[in-house]
Amino acid sequence: MLETVFFPLLGGVLIGLSAIAMMAFLGRIAGISGIVSGLLVPRAGDTAWRALFVGGLVVGGLAMLLARPEAFAITVDRSVGAVALAGLLVGVGTRLGSGCTSGHGVCGIGRFSRRSVVATLTFMATGALTVLVVGQLFGGTV
Amino acid sequence: MPAFIVFLAGALFAVGLALAGMTQPQKVIGFLDFFGEWDPSLAFVMVGAIATYGALFPVVTRRKGPVFASLFRIPERRDITPSLVGGAALFGVGWGLAGFCPGPALASITAGSGTVFVFLGAMLGGMGVYSLYGMFRDARRAAPGTADATPT
Repeated sequence: MLETVFFPLLGGVLIGLSAIAMMAFLGRIAGISGIVSGLLVPRAGDTAWRALFVGGLVVGGLAMLLARPEAFAITVDRSVGAVALAGLLVGVGTRLGSGCTSGHGVCGIGRFSRRSVVATLTFMATGALTVLVVGQLFGGTV
Repeated sequence: MPAFIVFLAGALFAVGLALAGMTQPQKVIGFLDFFGEWDPSLAFVMVGAIATYGALFPVVTRRKGPVFASLFRIPERRDITPSLVGGAALFGVGWGLAGFCPGPALASITAGSGTVFVFLGAMLGGMGVYSLYGMFRDARRAAPGTADATPT
């Protein structure tokens, strides 16, 4: 109950608070893929806030690693090739589709954006299909 | 002050992700496993995040503007395009394959797992390639005199 309902719910609330803080203070959508990709092609006056947010993300992760190392346990069995392909698809897909789980899934749906609802349903559907294929055709390991 | 608040927001985001279980790819994959042993916990993450953001968004954007900037930059597009759906579809495949999306991967970087490094390297590579493609395309559009410029 604590692990499946309470912590996820609380974590979600914290994510929502962080995202709304970005809107309230900077007027920005807290979309991680958009924030990170903006750092790859730096533009004057548009880099510091992105770097600070990503820095916070890394340091916040480190704080949690020290407090709850089990929160970073990886037990899935994936080859280097599969992980690299996954990263590539996430990189290209989030740029082509203008967002990821945070920008579309949280901020977009939270303000009832039609595009974000369509994007979120799409990536959840292809994600579920991928998990199904990996499980059924490859026995859970790729 | 603005710098500190943005940094803090990033840290809060990471704490939320780790607490929620998003930094454990097996939980993400379990959530996407609708036809197997479905792990509902990530549904609660989405409910908590969307409800919080959704409840506060109208309150925040009713103000004249953000505290440290001149205007709220809220996407105005409403068109459902092949890029939107196709991009989201590709992202979903990657997400389901590794169990990572950009935020949790970045928040996990100090955990020192090779999986995270490979994922992030490939992700940044994919984003970079897409940016280069975009610049190439824009440059071509900006130069209509070129023989093979494609009108769009």
